[in-house]
Amino acid sequence: MRPFEYQRCDTVTDARQAGAGGSRFIAGGTNLLDLMKLQIETPQDLADINRIGLDTIDETDEGGLRIGALVRNSDCAADARILRDYPVLARAILAGASGQLRNRATTGGNLCQRTRCSYFYDTAMPCNKREPGTGCGARGGQNRNMAVLGTSEHCIATYPGDMAVAMYALDATVEIQAADGGTRLLPVRQFHRLPGDTPERDNELDEGELITAVLLPKPVGGKHGYRKARDRASYAFALVSLASVVEVSDGKIARADLAFGSLGTRPWHDPRLEQLLVGEEPSKALFEKAADTLLAEAKGFGGNDFKIPLARRMLIATLADATGLNAAGEPA
Amino acid sequence: MTETRTMDRPDRRNILDEAAQGVIGTPMDRPEGKLKVSGTATYAHEYNLPGTAFGVLVRATVPSGRLAHVNETSVADIEGILGVYSDERFLRNPAQGGANEAPVQGTDIDYFGQAVALVVAETFEAARDGATRIQLRLDADDDGVFDPASSPPEAQPDEAVDQGDLSAAMADAAHSIDVTYTTPGHNSAAMEPHCSVAEWQDGNLILRGSYQMLKYNRNEIADAIGIDPAKVRILSPYVGGGFGSKLGIAPEAVAAAIAAKALNRPVCVALTRQQVFENVMRRSESKQRVRLAADKDGKLSGLGHEAWVSNLPEESFAEPVLQATHFLYGGDSRKLDLYLHRVNRICAGSVRAPGEAIGMQILENAMDELAHEAGIDPVELRIRNIPDMHPEKDIPYTSRKMEEALRTGAEAFGWDKRPAKPATRREGEWLVGMGMATAARINMLQASEARVTLKADGTAIVETDMTDIGTGTYSILTQIAAEMLGLPSERVTTILGDTDLPPAAGSGGSWGAASSGSSVFVACEEIRERIAERLDCKPDELTLKDGQAICGNRSTPLADLLDSDICVEGRIESGKLSQKVQSATYGAHFAEVAVNAVTGETRVRRMLGVFGCGRILNEKTARSQCIGGMTWGMGIALHEDLMFDLRDGHLTNRDLAEYHVPVNLDVPQQDVIFIDERDGESSPIQAKGIGELGICGAAAAITNAIFNATGVRVRDYPATLDKIIAEMA
Repeated sequence: MRPFEYQRCDTVTDARQAGAGGSRFIAGGTNLLDLMKLQIETPQDLADINRIGLDTIDETDEGGLRIGALVRNSDCAADARILRDYPVLARAILAGASGQLRNRATTGGNLCQRTRCSYFYDTAMPCNKREPGTGCGARGGQNRNMAVLGTSEHCIATYPGDMAVAMYALDATVEIQAADGGTRLLPVRQFHRLPGDTPERDNELDEGELITAVLLPKPVGGKHGYRKARDRASYAFALVSLASVVEVSDGKIARADLAFGSLGTRPWHDPRLEQLLVGEEPSKALFEKAADTLLAEAKGFGGNDFKIPLARRMLIATLADATGLNAAGEPA
Repeated sequence: MTETRTMDRPDRRNILDEAAQGVIGTPMDRPEGKLKVSGTATYAHEYNLPGTAFGVLVRATVPSGRLAHVNETSVADIEGILGVYSDERFLRNPAQGGANEAPVQGTDIDYFGQAVALVVAETFEAARDGATRIQLRLDADDDGVFDPASSPPEAQPDEAVDQGDLSAAMADAAHSIDVTYTTPGHNSAAMEPHCSVAEWQDGNLILRGSYQMLKYNRNEIADAIGIDPAKVRILSPYVGGGFGSKLGIAPEAVAAAIAAKALNRPVCVALTRQQVFENVMRRSESKQRVRLAADKDGKLSGLGHEAWVSNLPEESFAEPVLQATHFLYGGDSRKLDLYLHRVNRICAGSVRAPGEAIGMQILENAMDELAHEAGIDPVELRIRNIPDMHPEKDIPYTSRKMEEALRTGAEAFGWDKRPAKPATRREGEWLVGMGMATAARINMLQASEARVTLKADGTAIVETDMTDIGTGTYSILTQIAAEMLGLPSERVTTILGDTDLPPAAGSGGSWGAASSGSSVFVACEEIRERIAERLDCKPDELTLKDGQAICGNRSTPLADLLDSDICVEGRIESGKLSQKVQSATYGAHFAEVAVNAVTGETRVRRMLGVFGCGRILNEKTARSQCIGGMTWGMGIALHEDLMFDLRDGHLTNRDLAEYHVPVNLDVPQQDVIFIDERDGESSPIQAKGIGELGICGAAAAITNAIFNATGVRVRDYPATLDKIIAEMA
């Protein structure tokens, strides 16, 4: 590990100034410390923001919730209002990492975890995300857990988190404070970037910007689910995950907010699915059409080809379950 | 003086049963348990010797070639750097178990990740920074072989059997199976990463480290650095797991010794978790073809098992996949062959139950396929094929509790509730099934010595260079001595892990308990004779209990009989018997799984292992080892997979986040039943090995259960969801 300067911030203002001065923020550190030990990231200055507040969940004027950026994942998943009104979020958080990591990890930090793969993690390997211009080791290599949607010739790594996937389904908003003190709101569905030809940038945060909160819209009801397929029961990234908020009204689908994890290079929300599903009667044929739409542009790299049929199976089963169809795709 | 016992004839006296203390076999707590759980047992990295410097190994980032130059100035600006070392004496890879000499040495590179240099600094952090940043000039060759199958297979004649006519047996069989399976590489990933602290005193090397077999390790390090073994002392009182990965001296020990000499201060070199994966022995991947020919009742007329494994150039170790196949089942026509591919990949060596762990796995999958094909219950099929005599050597077996284990397990598990037809039991989204497999592992007795001192105050000390790698050696040696000398276990102290003490068999091959335990037993028998002499009674009339010597109606406190310590060294050796009988341990695994009909994810619901391993010396530590083995079997079935990049042979999953082992949530209710057994042909204490049996066959029970649940037969391990949904409707 490289030596670094460490500064503890006591207020949001302290943090803003540290960010303006070029410091990297550290909160739970569950990803950044890993990367520093392996010298994948070598920040010279760290600003510890664990004591600046922003650690409460409050009701908004719009009837939603404002989750402070430093609310721990464990606390967020255990909050009575989250459990009651946004169970998809609680389930997604609890499906992620381990108890120890969730106790440390924060709401804002979790959103900023690196999109990554084993080639990114090995400094002897080429990786355009770690070292732009060196190439992508994962193409043609071991790519079992890489993305099948949103890839570019420069990067095929998948965003591995769970919490963000539920926030995409809930259409949450990220509150960001700029280094100059101004605040902007960004829909979470626009927060993470496709790799394109700048895979080194995972998200839209500019230098010195700090996430201060995530805003949830007012509760929408419906049936919430988070299905995560993985290689072992805990402490494993998803192979594919699916956050769903689905509502049926008068025999027709009234809401189908769906987001996928570990399928794309960012948490994946495809607005075409809602357009296709809402207003329709649930049927197996409809769900298969939705899967066709979702996966029309999907492209595997050999080891991860299975994600395409896996995502298809998960989408159809989730929609059938949420709309009351039985295994044969008929109304139960 | 040394009392030597050679195992030329059986010992069926069962003296430990007749002894009166009543401590043998009990689930006694580990004597060192409190130290371990309170963090006060000193593991290698924790010595904190004054003046210790810290070293971090530097990896080769080419898979084949040589180290041409180390640019020391590239790390000169890092505060606290003390030196950079690379040397012709550096080890290419760890020594194999029992090698007793250094493995391949030098600066030629044969695999990606090989340790080629050591950066030493005042702090671990500075050393790691240096190891990450140092510039090496590596001359790369382009002749590396990264796909094992692309190199010509070398036949292993010692493993080959060609008996009868298997092709004819297959052609004539009422039921036959000809299947090919593959298994991936595995890493032991012991909880304690490898660590060596080297210190020189007056030309002598003191090595504190994490090793399994000290008497060999001493000769290996001495050979590697070019000194007299008498000038080496190794201390390994506590070892945080071995599983074969610490059998031989490893690169970090030699690097630490060389740097400590140069710097004239202690040097501590610990492997990072990534280095444990990249520098420590892997279990070879394998391709295995099994042919089974059976009559209408399922009785085998022919058995074929061919296996292909890999290793680095010049390494002789070839995963002995066929080890249990040789003796487990009958079948007159037999064709067994083992082949070794040369590959530029991390060294292959012993990983828990080398041979049987993956060999029994595939043999037992094939037996399940035969049972299904023939319409015979899988338990019954096994029982019908238990041979009377060794099918290749025509020698008898020592005590063999295979049938008892199979029947006991079937009864206890509720095997009769298994759906005979696959894919017929569904609970909501989950498909549920049961599977089973036989467990078997060869048993060996190895030369081992221990010193037992009955002190004049009526306490006793057991001393040997034997190791306790988490297995329970401290417990069982204490119990054997306490039982034999009639002392409460608190009055016996066991001291291990120091090459100044009598040389033991070491921890490996499941032989530690029976071998080392027998040496303690032999020493104690002699002490009993001497006590009997003092009481003027025959040894078999002597009862020792709670510190009292009892003969007839006389009872005398031991301390009153002793005017000085009685000190005896005991030695056990394997003898003629080992060639005349087949000694092995047996058992049966049962598993119930649920497979998700949507995602193909498998969750194990319960497991039962029933084992016959001779005398159980400590019921608690024995059970723990079996549960550990069964859990690893689950890992082999479902999770573990060393994933190499076939373009350069580098390992892509080098940590415990990416190399998956079962976590708590994966591990269900596990039960263990021991079959009461005394095997006097295997050791004078009637005990056999136990540390590896629990893994042998365990994975097959799980994948056989997946077949029962889903009708899907995964023949390419691990049975991850992608392979299951590919075959599922």
